[in-house]
Amino acid sequence: MTTTRMELVCPAGTPATLRAAVQAGADAVYCGFRDETNARNFPGLNFSRDELAEGVRFAHDHGSKVLVAINTFARVDDVDIWKKAVDMAAESGADAIIAADFAVLDHVARNHKQIRLHLSVQAAAATPEAIGFYAAQFGIRRVVLPRVLSLQEIAALNRAIDVETEAFVFGGLCVMIEGRCYLSSYATGKSPNLNGVCSPPEMVSYDEEPSGTAARLSGFTIDRYGRGQPVGYPTLCKGRFKAGEKTSHLFEDPVSLNAGGMISGLKAAGVTALKIEGRQRGKGYVSEVVRAFRKAVDAVEEGGEAVDVDRLLAGQSEGARQTAGAYEKKWR
Amino acid sequence: MSEIALTEIALTLGPVFFHWSPDRLLDFYRRIADEAPIDRVHVGEVVCGKRMPFSDPAWPAVIERLERGGKQVVLATLAAPATVRERRSVEDLCGDERLVEINDVSGLPSRSGKSFITGPFLNVYNEASAKFLIQLGAQTICPPVELSFAAIGAMALKCPGAEFEIFAFGRLPLALSGRCYHARIHGLHKDSCQFTCEQDPDGLSVDTLDDQQFLAVNGVQTLSNQVQAFCPAPDALVSKGVRRLRLSPQTCDMVEVARIYRRLADGKEEPEDARFALSCLDLPGTLVDGYAHAKPGWHVTAPA
Repeated sequence: MTTTRMELVCPAGTPATLRAAVQAGADAVYCGFRDETNARNFPGLNFSRDELAEGVRFAHDHGSKVLVAINTFARVDDVDIWKKAVDMAAESGADAIIAADFAVLDHVARNHKQIRLHLSVQAAAATPEAIGFYAAQFGIRRVVLPRVLSLQEIAALNRAIDVETEAFVFGGLCVMIEGRCYLSSYATGKSPNLNGVCSPPEMVSYDEEPSGTAARLSGFTIDRYGRGQPVGYPTLCKGRFKAGEKTSHLFEDPVSLNAGGMISGLKAAGVTALKIEGRQRGKGYVSEVVRAFRKAVDAVEEGGEAVDVDRLLAGQSEGARQTAGAYEKKWR
Repeated sequence: MSEIALTEIALTLGPVFFHWSPDRLLDFYRRIADEAPIDRVHVGEVVCGKRMPFSDPAWPAVIERLERGGKQVVLATLAAPATVRERRSVEDLCGDERLVEINDVSGLPSRSGKSFITGPFLNVYNEASAKFLIQLGAQTICPPVELSFAAIGAMALKCPGAEFEIFAFGRLPLALSGRCYHARIHGLHKDSCQFTCEQDPDGLSVDTLDDQQFLAVNGVQTLSNQVQAFCPAPDALVSKGVRRLRLSPQTCDMVEVARIYRRLADGKEEPEDARFALSCLDLPGTLVDGYAHAKPGWHVTAPA
């Protein structure tokens, strides 16, 4: 059982969202540079060097921390781009760097000993041996846990390691082990590890056909919707496919993660920080989600009943179903 | 080193990804030991630790047979160890005197300082990461399948301390999950899965709603439906410093696959003839090679 209060780590895709998250009660925000060095490399998102420095000043003035994600895998012959991103993050006064690639971790450990190093979920470190290796080699202080562990497994892991753990509690849900999924590049040529994108929008088409709308990615039909049905984004692993004479959401239903009901369980499991996914989200969404989780975390920390996060977030579910994901063993 | 050694391309048989019975494994490796022109064979379960109680009894005989046949045996380790038993198996294998294939960072602490091979599940995307692993003992590096031949070649030329290998043949390993899709399709739970993955020795095909062949599932693993068939000319490999081709087992005639690649690597068969010969085999999907050419993996781009 941790004695310190859990830290609420919130997404900041833009400077405006950073300010919104801080004002809504984020203990820390995480963000990335406007290039392929971070895993949310979408048009119109992310920070320049100056914007990051300004964001860090704002966050620090309000008692919040800034964590900079440089968590894609550096390209052959261009490793310097990733190293420079690390140098810029360190110069900005940010509180930590989140990285996955050995090359990036090694650069931080050798050249920026003063800054905290967090191991990204993209590194998929899920065992005491793997986490211990990253701690011994690079001095990581925290590991962002892969979204495939149950509460019981997280508790056992925390008993076996000396670094802090950070667990996702809300937002998009990868059903595959992150950092080890090449489905997107198989279909489109672009992937999270190489380009910081998954199922990229430029490869998406919505084709009107007599039976309805086909949502396709790079020509592969990911799902099909009848007339008048709401049409979803064709994220590869959330599609409907045929296998073994069955048509189903084979990999995962189109659900998002909501572990709002598990905050006390995560605290009991020894988790240090709770992470909200969604750097691609706007500031209205981020404000509301952060405010709701701020209340929920504070309630748990004060030993009271967990507030009903679902009720607080009624406006943000967008009709989509939610799951507690792998935290419950039956998910497997 | 002699001129011949400098231009020689070696063949590796990767680990079997699928849940094959012990008898099937013994039969398969007996033929590989006797007939396949392959110098290095990786054995062991890499996808699902739950299968290990079934396959474990087969390995001593398989290894003995392969070594008697003059093959170098490499012990492959789990790509996503989780339970105490799975973690212990990785640690035990990493203590072996034989070479091991490391597929998860979990194996590195118990193997550092001794030679190892990194398998396609370990993320090595650039020369700096490769050098980090070489300094720990990596002697052969088989990068993730999504990296292009050009990228692997650029890494190889900057890292003379290790040998580089490219995934040349077989359904491409694309993803791992905590969830078992065979269990999910059969309405079961991973913890009581009934090992239905055994019914699909090449993986279970996953088609789109429009019947496009797309993916295949194998327990917690997702593969391509299509079969990688990267057939480079040997001088292209040599000029890029890529010295090994990995052939990944499917139920088709793998001895014939090895013979085709041996002829290709020896310059005795043109790439297009090798591709044609592969296409004549009983394969679970059509041939692709997009990844090697920095294209989407399912693309067919032909000449190397």
